Amino acid sequence: MAVEIKVKGEVVTAYLSGDIDHHSAASMREEIDNTIDCNMPSLLVLDFGGVSFMDSSGIGLIMGRYRALQKLGAKLHITGASPQIAKVMKLAGMNKLALIN
Amino acid sequence: MKIINKFTMNMYAKSANEGFARSCISAFAAQLDPTLEELNDIKTAVSEAVTNCIVHAYASKLGKIYITAEIIEENILRIKIRDTGCGIENIELALTPLYTTVGGERAGLGFAVMQSFMDDVKVTSRVGKGTTVTMKKKILPRITVNG
Repeated sequence: MAVEIKVKGEVVTAYLSGDIDHHSAASMREEIDNTIDCNMPSLLVLDFGGVSFMDSSGIGLIMGRYRALQKLGAKLHITGASPQIAKVMKLAGMNKLALIN
Repeated sequence: MKIINKFTMNMYAKSANEGFARSCISAFAAQLDPTLEELNDIKTAVSEAVTNCIVHAYASKLGKIYITAEIIEENILRIKIRDTGCGIENIELALTPLYTTVGGERAGLGFAVMQSFMDDVKVTSRVGKGTTVTMKKKILPRITVNG
């Protein structure tokens, strides 16, 4: 499973793993969105700790979730990004949308 | 420029092959003894170019992607990714960061990633004939420190 989701109160944490590319992003998106719809969190944490590779498809994944959270007035945190992933995120200006640590 | 080593491959433009293309390029580029960062840059750029073929060039049909990678003089890796799909009408516009012609969740950053992570990116295209992306990256020689 490429996404493992944990819900604790109003915080949803999605633990992503494997490669995030155009091939894998669609199913990850679906799973995260289902949880957002069911739980209406105030904070979504995307944990990239298990992700071995990410291209700009991952940026689409983050931006799409960011828009969905904005409608709920919820926040987005990004954590566990490897140097490769952080480099792609930096190029895309993701630090303007979410807290990255 | 003298070609020192070369491989060519072609594959169906299926998203399941994105990871396969990255692995092939990675294995070939390893001969140049790149750093992990250099290798990741190459993999990311190739992933973007291959994804463009699948999402844009062959949006409405299943086509083939032709990949050539060469090691040329001065430790340079040259990668050519070609499709025979729809072609790009306005290359300048296509290269603009955040510009995308498809909806959904494409960020419009494919070419921006390629340009940022590789030393040189050239795009040639003919509408209805296809697109070729040629990218180059010089792998810097490692400095060995003794004792």
